Amino acid sequence: MTTTSMPGPMPAFLNENPKDRVRLLGVRLPLLERVLLWIMVVALCAAPLFADGYTVYEFGKVLMYALAVLGLNLLTGFNGQFSLGHSAFFAVGAYSTAIMMEMLGMPYWTTIVPAAAICFLSGFLFGLPALRLEGLFLALATFALAIATPQLLKFEGFDIGDGEHILSIAAITGGVQGKGLDTPYPPEWLNSIWLAATGDDLSVDRWKYMFTLIVVAIMFWGAWNLVHSRTGRALIAIRDNPLSAKTMGINTAIFKSAAFGVSAMYTGVAGSLFAIMDEYLAPESFTFAEAIKFLVGGVVGGIASLFGALFGGWFVLEIPNLADLMASSLADFINNPQGLTGLIYGLFLIFTVYVMPMGAAGLVQILVRKVADKG
Amino acid sequence: MDLFIEQTVSGIASGAIYACLALAVVMIYQAIDHFNFAQGEMAMFSTYIAWWMIDPTAGLGLPFIVAFFACIAVSFIGGAAIERIVFAPIANAPVLSHIIVFIALFSIFNSLAGFLFDFTPKQFMTPFTHDPLIEGIVSYHRAGMVLVTLVMLALIYVFFRYTPVGLAMRAAAAAPDSARLVGINVGMMLSLGWGLAAAVGAVAGMLIAPITFLTPDMMLGTLLYGFAGAVVGGLTSPFGAVVGGFLVGIVENLMGTFVVGSQLKLTVALVLIIVVLLVKPAGLFGRVVVKRV
Repeated sequence: MTTTSMPGPMPAFLNENPKDRVRLLGVRLPLLERVLLWIMVVALCAAPLFADGYTVYEFGKVLMYALAVLGLNLLTGFNGQFSLGHSAFFAVGAYSTAIMMEMLGMPYWTTIVPAAAICFLSGFLFGLPALRLEGLFLALATFALAIATPQLLKFEGFDIGDGEHILSIAAITGGVQGKGLDTPYPPEWLNSIWLAATGDDLSVDRWKYMFTLIVVAIMFWGAWNLVHSRTGRALIAIRDNPLSAKTMGINTAIFKSAAFGVSAMYTGVAGSLFAIMDEYLAPESFTFAEAIKFLVGGVVGGIASLFGALFGGWFVLEIPNLADLMASSLADFINNPQGLTGLIYGLFLIFTVYVMPMGAAGLVQILVRKVADKG
Repeated sequence: MDLFIEQTVSGIASGAIYACLALAVVMIYQAIDHFNFAQGEMAMFSTYIAWWMIDPTAGLGLPFIVAFFACIAVSFIGGAAIERIVFAPIANAPVLSHIIVFIALFSIFNSLAGFLFDFTPKQFMTPFTHDPLIEGIVSYHRAGMVLVTLVMLALIYVFFRYTPVGLAMRAAAAAPDSARLVGINVGMMLSLGWGLAAAVGAVAGMLIAPITFLTPDMMLGTLLYGFAGAVVGGLTSPFGAVVGGFLVGIVENLMGTFVVGSQLKLTVALVLIIVVLLVKPAGLFGRVVVKRV
C-alpha cells in the first residue's frame, strides 16, 4: 500500500516526503522522475531548433524564471524558511553581471560564477540575522527588503555639499536611466557548425537560449544532488522539526544561513541570465511584483519540488499572455488588461492553497500514485 | 533648529497615517498571529470605492462625508467577509499557506483596482483644504489627519475597554479556548476584528490619498512604514503601535532631512524593522511572548 502520505484536507506544503517510494509499473518514482527529466531536457534542447525567434526567447525566459523559482523552492520547500524578498537577490545577480561586463570588461559568460558567489554571500549575510527571525518575521523582513530594493538601486549617494555625492549606488547601477549591456554574440565555431547544419547563421536569440539552457541544466543538476545528499536531508530535517534536527547534531544556524545563501545564489544566477537575455536593466524590473511572481511560480508548481519550478516558470510567463488574450476577446468590457494578470495570479494562488497544496508537481505525483495503485 | 521643528511637525503629520496602518496591522496580528501583507492594498481599494462614490462623472457623486462613512461601512463588511470566506477554512493551516493567501489578496486587490479604475493617478478630495495652517510647516489637511487619527484611536480605545463586544474580542484573541467556554463566538470575533482592521485601513487610505494621489501602488511604501510602526511600538500593544507609527513618521522625516536624503526613506524603514526585530523583538511597549517547545 502506498497511501501513507496522501494530503489531508488541510494544506500541508511542508509535509511532502521527497523520499516517498511510489512505484509505477514496478519502477520507483525517483527513477521515473529521472526518465521524465531526460525527456524534458531533450525536448527543451530541441525546441529552439524548430521555433521562431520570439518563441525561442520566450522559452529562454521560462528557463530563467524556473531557475529563480527553484531558488525559492530550495529555501521554502526544502528548508521551511520564507522569503518575499527574492526580487532583491534577482537584482543583485543581474547588476553584478551588468557591472562586471561594463566596468571590468568581462565577457558575459565569465560573469555567471562571480555573480553566483556575490549572491551567495549576500544571501548568507542576510540569512545570518534572519536566523533569529522565525517564519512570519522573516517574511516581514524580506518583504521590507523587496520594497526597498528599487529605491536603493536608484540611490544617488549622500550629499556632502558642493554638489558632491559619496557612496552613490546609481553611479554603478545607472540609476533611473537603467543600464544597457553588450549583445552576447554566439561563438564563431558554434556558428560555423550551425551554418553547416542548417544553412542559416545562428541567431543571437537562439544562442541566448542555448546558453541559458546550459546554465539552468547545470544548476538543476546541482539542486538535485544537493537535495538528495546528506546536506539536503539535513535541510529537510530542519524544515520538519528544527528541535530534533538540532538534537541529532545538525548545526541549524549554519545550515539555515547556508540555505538562504544557496537560495539567493540560484535566484541571483537567474538574474544574471535575465541581464544577458534582455541586454537592459532598470530598477523597475526588481519590484515587489517580481518577488510575487517567484512565489506564484513556486506555489503553483509545487514548492517542495524541483521540477515544479519548471512548470512554475512557464506559468508565471504564460499568464500575462493569457490575460491579454482574454482582454482582446472581451475587449468591450475590459480596458486595462494589465490588471487581469495579477488577478489571475492571485486566484490561482488561493486555488492552489485550497485544492492542490503541493502544486502541479504534487498533482502529478497523486495521479502517478493512482495509476500505480491500479496497476 | 527651525528646520528641525518643521520636520518634526511634518513627521507627526505623516506619522498619523503610519499610526492608522500600524493599528490595523496590530489588530489583525492580535487576532490571528499573522501580518496582513494585503492590509495596504485593502486600504487602497477602499479608497477607490470612496473615490467612485464621490466622483460625479464616473461614479455616484455623493457628498464627501456620506461617502466617507459609506466607505468605512463597505470596508468593514468586506473585511469581515474576507475572513469568513477566505481565511476561516484555512484557520489551522501552516504559516506558509496564510502568507500565500495574503500575497494572493495583495495581488488581487492591486490589479483589481487598476483593472476597474485604470492606472492613471487620480486626485482625491479632502474636506480640510490644502491651505497652510502654519505657513510652510503644516496644512489644514495634515492637521486634520492627526485629528482624525486621534479621534479614531479614542473610539477604538473606548470600544475595546468599555463595550461587551470589545471585551469579548480581546478575550477571543488572548485565550480562544477559554473564550469559547464562556460562550463567546470566537469565529465571529475574528470576522469582527478583520472588519474593524479593514475600516481603520480605509480611513488611513482616505486620509493619505489627497497627499499621494490615488494609484494602485500608493500604499506599498506606506504599509512598510505601518509595519515598521507596529514593530517599533510592539506587536502586542495597540497603544504601542500608534506611538510607533508617530515615531516612525518623525524618524523618517528627520533622517530624510538630515542624514540619508529623500531617496533612502524606504531603506530606513527596512533597517528599523530588522534592527528592532533583532534587538528588541517585543518592541517598545509590547509584552515578551514566551514560546513553549
